Amino acid sequence: MADPVLSLRDLRIWYGAERGAVRAVDGVSLDLMPGETVGLVGESGCGKSTLGRGVLGLLPEGAGHAGEVSFRGRNILDLKPRELRSMRGPELGMIFQEPMTRLNPLMRISDHFEEVLRIHEPKLGKKEARNRSLEALRGMGIPPTRYRQYPHEFSGGMRQRIMIALALVLRPAVVVADEPTTALDVLVEAQILRILADLRRNFDTALLLITHNLGIVAEACDRVAVMYAGRVVEQGPAYDVTTKPSHPYSRELLRSTISLSTTELHSIPGAPPDLVSPPPGCRFHPRCPNAMAVCAQQWPPTEATSPGRRSECWLHAQDRIPAGLEKPLERETIATSEEA
Amino acid sequence: MSASPVATKTLIEVRDLQVHFSIASSFKSRVTGRGGAVVKAVDGVSFDLHEGEVLGLVGESGSGKTTLGRALLGLVKPTAGSVKLRGEELVGLSERELRPKRRHLQMVFQDPHASLNPGMTLETALAHPLEIHKLTSGPAETHAKVRETLELVGLSPTERFAESLPSGLSGGQKQRAAIARAIITGPDLVVADEPVSMLDMSVRAKILDLLIDLKQRIGLTYVYVTHDLASAKFFCDRVAIMYLGRIVEIGTVDEIFEDPKHPYTQALIRAIPEPDPDKALPRDLPRGEIPDAARPPLGCSFHPRCPKAFNLCGWEARDLRTMLEERWLEGGEELYNAERPLVGDLEKLKATEHDAFLPAGSGKDPGDLLALLEKIRGEEPDEPMWTGVKAMNAEAHGVRVTFEPGIDPPLYPTDGAQAACLLYRPE
Repeated sequence: MADPVLSLRDLRIWYGAERGAVRAVDGVSLDLMPGETVGLVGESGCGKSTLGRGVLGLLPEGAGHAGEVSFRGRNILDLKPRELRSMRGPELGMIFQEPMTRLNPLMRISDHFEEVLRIHEPKLGKKEARNRSLEALRGMGIPPTRYRQYPHEFSGGMRQRIMIALALVLRPAVVVADEPTTALDVLVEAQILRILADLRRNFDTALLLITHNLGIVAEACDRVAVMYAGRVVEQGPAYDVTTKPSHPYSRELLRSTISLSTTELHSIPGAPPDLVSPPPGCRFHPRCPNAMAVCAQQWPPTEATSPGRRSECWLHAQDRIPAGLEKPLERETIATSEEA
Repeated sequence: MSASPVATKTLIEVRDLQVHFSIASSFKSRVTGRGGAVVKAVDGVSFDLHEGEVLGLVGESGSGKTTLGRALLGLVKPTAGSVKLRGEELVGLSERELRPKRRHLQMVFQDPHASLNPGMTLETALAHPLEIHKLTSGPAETHAKVRETLELVGLSPTERFAESLPSGLSGGQKQRAAIARAIITGPDLVVADEPVSMLDMSVRAKILDLLIDLKQRIGLTYVYVTHDLASAKFFCDRVAIMYLGRIVEIGTVDEIFEDPKHPYTQALIRAIPEPDPDKALPRDLPRGEIPDAARPPLGCSFHPRCPKAFNLCGWEARDLRTMLEERWLEGGEELYNAERPLVGDLEKLKATEHDAFLPAGSGKDPGDLLALLEKIRGEEPDEPMWTGVKAMNAEAHGVRVTFEPGIDPPLYPTDGAQAACLLYRPE
């Protein structure tokens, strides 16, 4: 098996707040293989966007970090700003959520592409740069006749495709896409998901796709990592996780998703924890229907439940639960007042 | 929730409702109020809403669903048409005449973080509508009514929540408070505009559950405005699919989801990414995006994207340009370099009612351009646009393409839902 192109080891990222440190990412280990699309799923506030930015070294000032983000053997988090800047683009790319605000309204599409290529590949001739740009745009379904137009002349979906082309024109090894289709309509979203799905077949680019939509994961990802309260609680092949989730949180999240086949509404009681003072033991235990006494006391071990699949839950390490702690957790029912 | 509605009394009757916004394009048009472009946000919509029913207005952004929802409440002024509440006309009423009606017509907005005043406790926010509409006899009754309503939407202990500011509430709790403010006046109709789309998946079900519960407990009728077909399927009795200001299909949930008639509805339903990995997105999605509402396509607005379009759908000059651009996109660089010089500036493509004048490239013979178009037509017989091309003639500096006049389809009856599509036009 090939080596991972990007590998996170016990990554921790925290922000200072008046009440103490907000532990947005709290010990995440994750690998990204060349050409692979990994979906990072979770609800708002689970730390998925912070993780995505951490991977690119785009953390805001005042954020602390520990652990490793290793890209081609170097820890990105240790690099000097200048070194990092030269890596962003040709090595690490990013696609943001809001395509309407990410292009310079005063620059033609051609200028955007030529600027990027001039800075990162100065040896490229003008004609070659143009051809490379047109080829990238063509791959995203933007006709060459529109190369000289301005951003306002394009619709939202086309702008997002231009953004993707702009990230891919430098042929980066890793691209982080943060909710790339959230602001778009259903049909346009489907078009872009198709493009992203084709991408992983045609290029060597590894894609970390951050989303809250499990439908998108099932559609466009090879593997998926489910995040809850700063931790990756389950990871594995997208097909397996979306058909047979092994962590109670993934299972409950799937059950709460309203889809065309929904016949009964389901929700998760309570709210995600405050990341300044998360609950002891497993962070999901206050809301978990399967919680045992041990879950409120001890951190669950990360277990390989099947090849390529890991789940952080005591259900998969029952032989190691201290005697007497395997009984169901006693707790009060969660009132609406504690709700998300 | 897909059982057909039992209620038969009509609560709201909408006929040919129009909301047109003029976008002033020049100084003169701004001064005179004439001549500027018009966006037909809602363009001739008719439907009945029965008591106790949930009607979904479903569409993508720019479809006019939100404007229609607001127009029902008089929050935007319709430019023509009629909205009757229990037989009483609302269109044309002055703000003063409309205000007393508002207690019967309420709205829940999309963003609960923005729809509550951050400086008001829930007590104040909920007491306001009661005071404005003079629905209580005094502070004691207001106090009791606020608590009763908080209890009804699940915000208990009510004492604690009455004192809370919005900043101390979670997203789901804020939406509960917004719902409480909407129902405290005892409305007949609540227009809920994307009430769950800003919320996390694990919370959405709770808010939908609450809306269903309230409907049964206090007898509400809902208009549910959404882009999310899945929640509409679960929540609504009937669904109206909107596209560029029109209802293009309307029917019961079973009719719309089991047997959609309009090609647009069919595409929407197939395009939803489902968590079921055994269902893949189809390859033949409609191309392009919703067109500019200030310049809607001729004939059926969906025709440029429709895989089933045929000669009467309203083909025009813009479609010719799209066809050429798509051909060059798919054909690759070589084809583009070979064919592009024959065609002049696409921005100069002229359109009159039913024909288009495509300029030839500078110094190129219009005859060669005509030959190219004929060649493309021969190579792409499946391109629906060609069914609408009546004639192509070489002229002095380019080629004139004449299109079949299109028909703008009204809602036609089918064996299920009503659909605004020429496929269902009676003989």
